[in-house]
Amino acid sequence: MTQTPHISVKDLNVHIGDNHLLKNININIPDKSVTSIIGPSGCGKTTLLKSFNRLLDDIPGVNISGSVLVDGENIYNAQAEVTHIRKKMGLLAQRPFPLPMSIYDNIAYGPRIHGTKSKKELNELVQHYLQAVGLWEEVKNRLNGSATALSIGQQQRLCLARGLAVEPEIILGDESTSALDPISTKTIEDLLIKLKENYTIVLVTHILRQARRVSDYIIFVYMGQIIEFGPTEEVLLNPKEELTKEYVKGFIS
Amino acid sequence: MRKRKLEEAIFKALMIVSTVLVGLSLFLIIGTIVVKGLPFLDWDMISKIPDGGYYFGRSGGMLNAIIGSIYIAGGATLLGMFISLPVSIYLNVYLKKANHFARFAKLSFDVLFGIPSIVYGAFAFSLMVYLGVRASLLGGVIAVTLLVIPIMVRTLDEVIVHVPKELKEATLSLGATRWEMAKIYFRQIRAGVLTAVLLAFGRGVGDVAAVMFTAGFSDNIPVSLHEPAATLPLAIFFQLGSPIPEVQGRAYASALILTIVILIIVVFSTLLTNKRRKKS
Amino acid sequence: MKIRLIKDKVIGTGMLTFSILAVSMVLLIGIGLYWRSLPILQHHSIWELISSSTWRPLKGEFGFLSFIMGTLWVTGMSIAIAVPLCLLVAIYLSEYAPIRFKNFFLPLVNILAGIPPVIYGVWGVFFIVPLVQHYIAPSFVDFSTGFTVLSGGIVLAVMIFPLIVSIIVEVLQTIPKELKEASLSLGATKWETIKKVILKKAMPGIIAAIVLAISRAFGETIAVLMVCGNVPISPKSIFDPAYPLPALLANNFGEMMSVPLYDAALMFSAFSLFVIILIFNIISRVILQKIEVKNA
Repeated sequence: MTQTPHISVKDLNVHIGDNHLLKNININIPDKSVTSIIGPSGCGKTTLLKSFNRLLDDIPGVNISGSVLVDGENIYNAQAEVTHIRKKMGLLAQRPFPLPMSIYDNIAYGPRIHGTKSKKELNELVQHYLQAVGLWEEVKNRLNGSATALSIGQQQRLCLARGLAVEPEIILGDESTSALDPISTKTIEDLLIKLKENYTIVLVTHILRQARRVSDYIIFVYMGQIIEFGPTEEVLLNPKEELTKEYVKGFIS
Repeated sequence: MRKRKLEEAIFKALMIVSTVLVGLSLFLIIGTIVVKGLPFLDWDMISKIPDGGYYFGRSGGMLNAIIGSIYIAGGATLLGMFISLPVSIYLNVYLKKANHFARFAKLSFDVLFGIPSIVYGAFAFSLMVYLGVRASLLGGVIAVTLLVIPIMVRTLDEVIVHVPKELKEATLSLGATRWEMAKIYFRQIRAGVLTAVLLAFGRGVGDVAAVMFTAGFSDNIPVSLHEPAATLPLAIFFQLGSPIPEVQGRAYASALILTIVILIIVVFSTLLTNKRRKKS
Repeated sequence: MKIRLIKDKVIGTGMLTFSILAVSMVLLIGIGLYWRSLPILQHHSIWELISSSTWRPLKGEFGFLSFIMGTLWVTGMSIAIAVPLCLLVAIYLSEYAPIRFKNFFLPLVNILAGIPPVIYGVWGVFFIVPLVQHYIAPSFVDFSTGFTVLSGGIVLAVMIFPLIVSIIVEVLQTIPKELKEASLSLGATKWETIKKVILKKAMPGIIAAIVLAISRAFGETIAVLMVCGNVPISPKSIFDPAYPLPALLANNFGEMMSVPLYDAALMFSAFSLFVIILIFNIISRVILQKIEVKNA
């Protein structure tokens, strides 16, 4: 790997109650590229993803050890400010979840809480990010309408724009296309590929073809452990580990 | 085999009879109140205050009690919401799910919910003696506020628990603080807040035991917090005790008014709850 | 940036204060009522108060026994009527009835929960009391005014219907389908499955519902006061009048201020009601919370 890592995980262990969900995770996630986390359901993919922006903190009985460095700063450090860490990372969830407000306010929400007050600036931001996700033409006449009135595919793009509007450096996607139709899926995938010029993108997916289409690197997780990590073609076409081979061939699901 | 089938048939018949009985009780109650109250119901009942000699069967109405009830229940609901909303948001949004204080608090509100209104009445009365407040509108509002807080907290709690967790993740991922997230939650549960208001108001309007010693009774519409105030249920109770048929009839008519108000509130809040359940 | 975080902290602390205040209401009520009943406890022991049935407040004799017995009779009566009925209704709704009937019936029962106590009282006076006086009592005793334990029990039973039905229906819903299917596939009839598997599994929840219903019946005031007759003598049968504790409290509160010991005696009855209901409520809520946690 030639690039400097954007997120680097060191000896990360996550327990919830008696379950050891993530075991000794060590990984460096490359800057300005798409990395996909693949693996069978229940293997810890989503847990790994959520450990990056501390969304695990609220789970009852959770115990996290080790460190996650983002831009060299350990986010699990006691002095780390959690809202600041989360602002750096946009999350694109499984199902789109618009905030209970208008389309405009959904995008403007993030910039507003982080201090942008000027109406003119906000207008520009809203237009800019809606254009970035290709939604502007579709919604420019009903910016004050409710966000829940949009189609699911449109809602997911809105959520992406909402995440981008807080100017993150990293985009985390948690099976972000699993609720979408094939056309919307394609739109989101194309967007992600375009966005990697400026952002580091980490995706969780259980669709191998999707991982192949969009990602530069692949992490294969099995039973809470990282089995293999490498460039997409290598992991998918020429895996080194036996488990990866079986998973890629479809023997483990 | 026949015996087993027979046993099932008998119990099934018993179940249907019980269901009919329980359902019937509602219609019997409403039917009784309507049949007895309707002949005595007229416009004066809800537009006039009692004239001199009203309690001996002369003219007048129950406007003082209707207004009194609205003041007390409305004031208590407002005050109760002012306390309950921050409490339930704090317990559910600020605190983590497994937090010991949150769990202890929820148990406490469940228990408070089961404390009968007469105990709230007695406690509020002691409190008033301690503070030097006489039986008045203010006293009634204090007593009923104590009574409705657990109702509101529990209702809001139920609503907030059903907010999808994605809302929390979506808001937190944007770098929101807990308070900023709480504001988003508030938008999401507005309908639930209305349900809590309706339930608390309904309970406040209908309760007697809490206001009996705390609000006093008066034939006039209170114009300040320190004046005694009549309430509809207490007026029903007093009038029913009268030996004069005309006054008793008015008790039935007042009961009918109260029943209609409560029915409207219950039906409306049920519809709201159903709508919310369907959406989530 | 900093201001946001400070705002978050300050508001959080404010809300915590509110929460602590609201939660401490349980404690405040207990302390307040105990403090106000201290004068009587200095003159008489608790045992004296609850074991004597001589009630002569003006002479300083405060025996609560007849009121306690009155409460127990009326509560017992209402539970005896309501529990079997509600259990059958709950089983019918969750196991036999079509889902549409259930969705129609439960809100109806919910309306019963919303009707104010005084309306139940009015209904009791007009409907139940004459029914007992003219149709039920004559077959058993020579004379009854209708204002009896039985009338109070019936009115209270209807009042606690919604509470028992809704809790038991909820408890029955938490029982896993697999359990039912396992029993059915062994050749048991539906009723046998209910009797031997479902009810057994649901027993803690049913007990919690009953305990909660008892505590509700215990504290109900105005409706009971209107139909029970209020004669301060321990009832001997269900056709005797009764004078439950809450009714005593409600009837005498206004006048008692002039006699300090009388005031304390009534506060003591409020305190006892509070303690008993508190204990019952904690028991049933802890059981119900455990069920909820187990199924979450």
